Amino acid sequence: MPTRPLSPHLSVYRMSRYTLVTSIANRFSGVALSVGLLLLVYWLMAVAGGPHSYARAMRVLTAPLAQLIYAALIVAFCYHLVAGLRHLVWDTGHALERAQSQKSAWLVIAASLVLVLLMVYRAWFAIRHAP
Amino acid sequence: MSLRTPLGTVLGAGAARAGVRHWWQQRLTSIALVPLTVWFAVSLLTLPSLGHATLLAWMSQSSTALLLVLLVLVGAWHSQLGVRVVVEDYVHAAGARTLTLVLIGFAHVLLATAGVFAVLKVAFGAAG
Repeated sequence: MPTRPLSPHLSVYRMSRYTLVTSIANRFSGVALSVGLLLLVYWLMAVAGGPHSYARAMRVLTAPLAQLIYAALIVAFCYHLVAGLRHLVWDTGHALERAQSQKSAWLVIAASLVLVLLMVYRAWFAIRHAP
Repeated sequence: MSLRTPLGTVLGAGAARAGVRHWWQQRLTSIALVPLTVWFAVSLLTLPSLGHATLLAWMSQSSTALLLVLLVLVGAWHSQLGVRVVVEDYVHAAGARTLTLVLIGFAHVLLATAGVFAVLKVAFGAAG
């Protein structure tokens, strides 16, 4: 490993800035969604394996700890979706001024929070027939 | 005055012409994933149940199978591109970095293949 300083120079940033937090959160949520992809494929394989394999997988997938993971995945998904759209807008060259990006950082947080609440409500509190 | 390094002159290889490929693919997959993931989330939340019979009926529809295959393939590609950058940023030791990237590549190919296989198996009616 070289002794010269290597990017990212984490120590030079003010970590309390929400513009920075929204950026690093996009990366964390992305990595979390990669774990979500693993769960998705496990679930698809369980469905393909027939009713018995699905019942076995559902015992794992409906454990209390799994509910916590779904909640985290919903937060990660909503955030990554909205923050990703912000990046796509940036890629067109728009809204890159500091004031605009500070405003859009709050917009991303607010919009993803609304999406999370909608999804959590629908997933856990709306009337749903048991499988 | 040439700005090429002596080594660059000797090798004469020039740029690999792949400079923006990663960036561009990350953007294209993210655009594709907006409708795909929203469709998947809405589907999951509006299915009458998550029982096996319900899922079989749902996944047996051609439109569902097609969209699920796209979701798995594009999702795996996007995930691979993203995780690769994270590893490149934080794993500095060359050997560990190469090994991690190879393992991540293998894992994503395996996930994509398994996901597509599962969806097609159900879609073609082989998941009794």
